[in-house]
Amino acid sequence: MKVSWSWLTRYVDVDLTPAQVAEALTLVGLEVASVTDRYGFLETVRVGRIVQVGPHPRADRLKCCQVDIGDRTLTVVCGAPNAAAGCLAPCALPGTEMPGGRPLRAEAVRGVTSEGMLCSAFELGLGADASGLMILDDRLPVGTPLHRALDLSDPVLEIELTPNRPDCLSILGIAREVAAICGKALVAPPVPALPEGDDIHRETSVEILAPDHCPRYTARLLFEVTVGPSPDWLQDRLRSVDLKPINNVVDVTNFVMMELGQPLHAFDFDRLRGRRIVVRTAAEGEPFVTLDQKQRRLTADTLMICDAEGPVGIGGVMGGLDSEIQPTTTRVLLESACFDPVSIRKTAKRFNLATDAAYRFERGVDPHGTLNALDRAAALIQEVAGGRLVPGHIDVHPRPAPRTVIALDVHRANRHLGTDLTAGRMKTLLEEIGFQVSNRDATRIEVQVPSFRVDVSRGEDITEEIARRHGYEKIATTHPSLPAAGRRPATAFALRQHLRVRMAGLGFAEVITYSFVHRQSSDRLRLAPDDPRRCEVAVRNPLSEDQAVMRTSLLPGLLETASRNISMGNRHLKLFEVGNIFVATGGGAERLPEETQMLAALWTGQRQDEHWAQDRQERQAPCDFFDLKGALEALLDRLGVEGIRFTALPAAQCDCTRPGHSAWINVDEDRLGLIGEVHPDTRIAYDLKQPAFVFELNLPLLASRMTTGRQSRPIPRFPAIARDLTLIVDASVESARLAEAIQAADEPLVESVTLFDQYIGDPIPRGRKSVSFRITYRSDQGTLADEQINPLHQKITERLLAGFGAALPT
Amino acid sequence: MPPGGVARSAPPHRPTHRAGTNSPTTIRPLTVQQTLEQIRADALQRLQTAADREAVQALNVQFLGRKGVLTQFLRQISALPPPDRPAAGQAANRLKTELEEALAGRLAAIEAGQRADEDRIDITLPGRPAPAGCLHPLTQISVEICEIFERMGFDIAEGPEVETDYYNFEALNIPKDHPARDMQDTFYVSDNIVLRTQTSPTQPRVMERQQPPVRIIAPGKVYRCDSDLTHTPMFHQVEGLLVDTDVSFGDLKGVLTEFVHQIFGPRTPLRFRPSFFPFTEPSAEVDIGCTICRGAGCRVCSNTGWLEILGSGMVHPAVFEKVGYDTDRYSGFAFGMGIERIAMLKYGIDDLRRFFENDLRFLRQF
Repeated sequence: MKVSWSWLTRYVDVDLTPAQVAEALTLVGLEVASVTDRYGFLETVRVGRIVQVGPHPRADRLKCCQVDIGDRTLTVVCGAPNAAAGCLAPCALPGTEMPGGRPLRAEAVRGVTSEGMLCSAFELGLGADASGLMILDDRLPVGTPLHRALDLSDPVLEIELTPNRPDCLSILGIAREVAAICGKALVAPPVPALPEGDDIHRETSVEILAPDHCPRYTARLLFEVTVGPSPDWLQDRLRSVDLKPINNVVDVTNFVMMELGQPLHAFDFDRLRGRRIVVRTAAEGEPFVTLDQKQRRLTADTLMICDAEGPVGIGGVMGGLDSEIQPTTTRVLLESACFDPVSIRKTAKRFNLATDAAYRFERGVDPHGTLNALDRAAALIQEVAGGRLVPGHIDVHPRPAPRTVIALDVHRANRHLGTDLTAGRMKTLLEEIGFQVSNRDATRIEVQVPSFRVDVSRGEDITEEIARRHGYEKIATTHPSLPAAGRRPATAFALRQHLRVRMAGLGFAEVITYSFVHRQSSDRLRLAPDDPRRCEVAVRNPLSEDQAVMRTSLLPGLLETASRNISMGNRHLKLFEVGNIFVATGGGAERLPEETQMLAALWTGQRQDEHWAQDRQERQAPCDFFDLKGALEALLDRLGVEGIRFTALPAAQCDCTRPGHSAWINVDEDRLGLIGEVHPDTRIAYDLKQPAFVFELNLPLLASRMTTGRQSRPIPRFPAIARDLTLIVDASVESARLAEAIQAADEPLVESVTLFDQYIGDPIPRGRKSVSFRITYRSDQGTLADEQINPLHQKITERLLAGFGAALPT
Repeated sequence: MPPGGVARSAPPHRPTHRAGTNSPTTIRPLTVQQTLEQIRADALQRLQTAADREAVQALNVQFLGRKGVLTQFLRQISALPPPDRPAAGQAANRLKTELEEALAGRLAAIEAGQRADEDRIDITLPGRPAPAGCLHPLTQISVEICEIFERMGFDIAEGPEVETDYYNFEALNIPKDHPARDMQDTFYVSDNIVLRTQTSPTQPRVMERQQPPVRIIAPGKVYRCDSDLTHTPMFHQVEGLLVDTDVSFGDLKGVLTEFVHQIFGPRTPLRFRPSFFPFTEPSAEVDIGCTICRGAGCRVCSNTGWLEILGSGMVHPAVFEKVGYDTDRYSGFAFGMGIERIAMLKYGIDDLRRFFENDLRFLRQF
């Protein structure tokens, strides 16, 4: 909402500066975003003296003028008939922001570069005269910026209104707040008594068939008006708030809308078929051409203003092309009506018509100000367009708005705010902004809400008005009592933070990617048709295809991030993300999806950061499956998750990971997640040219498997004996099975088993591999002797030899 | 040692006389004892300043060599009266042994020092990189905010990101087709399911489960269909709610003032400014003095000197009525803030989109 100082001060005698008013308005809840002078652009428009007028070499109608602008003389191409040597005219310099236009540039006009622009009053928005240059008083100092020379200044306040204050969508509404701030009286615009009688009813009628959509419709008729340009003062008012003057009748309706907040519409009475108005909802699919010359198909709940035969305007939103005011119009039907905010809002949204009228109606227009605005406009039209007012007015009012009266408990309001205001003080604060207050005693006031405050309906609304007017800064700061008991542990939140810190400790950088991913993400991950991760939640109105569905895995985000980083030259990446995935549940789009917190990580590029102490081989060593698995194991170990099993994925079940290089992460029957190398096809889909390794973990499952409390074990008192065992087995034998077999013997003396070497190649036969374990034996009873260990080690060796078709190295 | 190093010193064997200028009669030749002591002191002092093997060897020659000071002294013993000779000889030999040991010791120390000089690492070489990951700046700020409120007695609460229209809007006193919905461009999944546009739906969800007192802080992701220089379609908020008996607007001011002072510093100016949110009344925006220009006016604060960082207000009775709270008995306040904005101010980040590009060169800065 733009408010020009010149207009505002018509209604209130302000003794503060515009900046002070802006600050004060902000502090009562009407946030002033900026204060700019509407004539500020004239800083680069100088008073110029035309020194010489010569012909343009290539255009008869143009002249080349030499213009003295004080510090220098410019060559300016000009087509104005009144450009004459010796006279003074405004000369705009390059860079000037012309009203409603682009910044002025020095341009060649038919081969001659114009270093400025000599302007008409119209071009500068200083008047209606576009016929020639704005000839200035000869006594003005040449070279002076025009706004100084002419003493033009009009600050414009740009106010960002919250949706609850439609009463301030008018200059008068803002003036009311300003008056209250300054402690001055509000001077409402005069509305003369207009001729009343029945004449109008003989000329026309208004019928409301949809009273829920249109609770009130008032109208007046004006005959013999002369449509033409508005007088300067009216055009200037409109321009001051960035509205474009159109013609005197339409300008008055816009002026009154800005002044009082009531949108109005003027019809060409002679173009209303049957000379009457019918307010009804549209028939489904009914066609209509709006003022913006667009053909629209109406829907059944669109409120239409119609004549005897069909629609002439979308009620409260936009008029129709056929009945608009024309230069030839002489008879005008002026409408001032009330419309249901919800209905207007739906219609404006559906047709994407964000008009000034709809903006006000959908927020709520004063239901008791309808007639006042009508009369104000009718009187102004007579003033600026002449004509004769048909005596009488129409006021169809099927749903009168009730007056709101609210009783307020003074003590309760004070307790709510933390204030100590008297009933009398509250009364004053409210009355200054148009409320009527009666206080029976010191504990209770009765407040009559002014009809323009459609937002105020209950006690808390009144309390807010009191707080706002009193000033938030005057309310003392206090501290609520916050008992320490009854606190709830934030387990899931704390776990996520714990994981993040651990992952960072393992060298991974946390990323946060969008929760929505590309519609083809499941295809890119090569998910099977029946994979539950294909049950995506689709966004109905996505911004783009790559943000069209909610993610069912964190991997697409990580893969995209990796790809983007690599393209930026960050080739060695250890990334992780903690976030929710969304899987649609049965019941379709009307049920909430299942949201699961996940942790995923990606490692690509080198194993280690480059470093001077590495040898060449180390420097170039790429990360592999076991780097990521090691990080994962370290993470799980520190979380106290026991019994983790990595189970190789059968090739047929590999989707986004590479067959033979993928594993499920299981604890008992629970599948906590997946780890593996990214499948080559998935890599291609994400434009990843280097191998990458990923894991993804289900956090609720992980949490359910975490040991809550650790128990200490005594530190061994007796020394251990380590024995190595090397076996030659088929390459397909999983080393974990061998280790399990060693431990499965349930020998109390076997303390631990560590795989310390694996070798494939000469001299081991093809298809076989050599695996070496270190078995640590220890007793808590005493130091072990070889004699105790030897038979045990032998037994274990034999069991493995027999159980796995293994052989000992030769 | 320069050759002159030795020559520079006065010959130590020559008995020196105490030059008592006022009393010439006291001049007496030095005793054997005194002479040896002088040789000893002179030799040890010179040895201390001997910096290398050559210097030590020169001292060896000077004192113990064939023409050395001590050797010459030994030769002169025969000139002493016979009864004094054995004692003088023994003392001189003791000194000889002592000096030999001192010279050897000094030589060993010099050699050890030279070895230590060679056995040295370039401590300016960079250390071997240890694994060092990092937490996303939004995580860090979010945790910092939550911790401040947790210390004040608030508990963490969380809600779903895909939310019903009811919790996201209706339960917060934002009916369908209300202009307040314009304040937020909503992503829809269906007519009644949305991507939550704010963390506020956590409020009614918690209140439905729990009777007052309620003190929660709810961080999380939110979504709005808007994407430009200053908007990303996903961003983060932290929501707070406190409901109890006798909670006042003054309490709201107290808690949020404390928060601002903890996160932006105790001298940060702040102001509460009336505003509008459908689910609070009275509502207040909280502005802090611009952290960039310190209130003088700059581009970041649009020349106002103030930056909006928080929305807040007393919980609207319509919200309490929806969850069945007794509005006569309970009152409360709620607040919400954008984490990105606070992170941008705290870290001096000028482009919102950086947070979600996840460029490692950006992430590693935090």
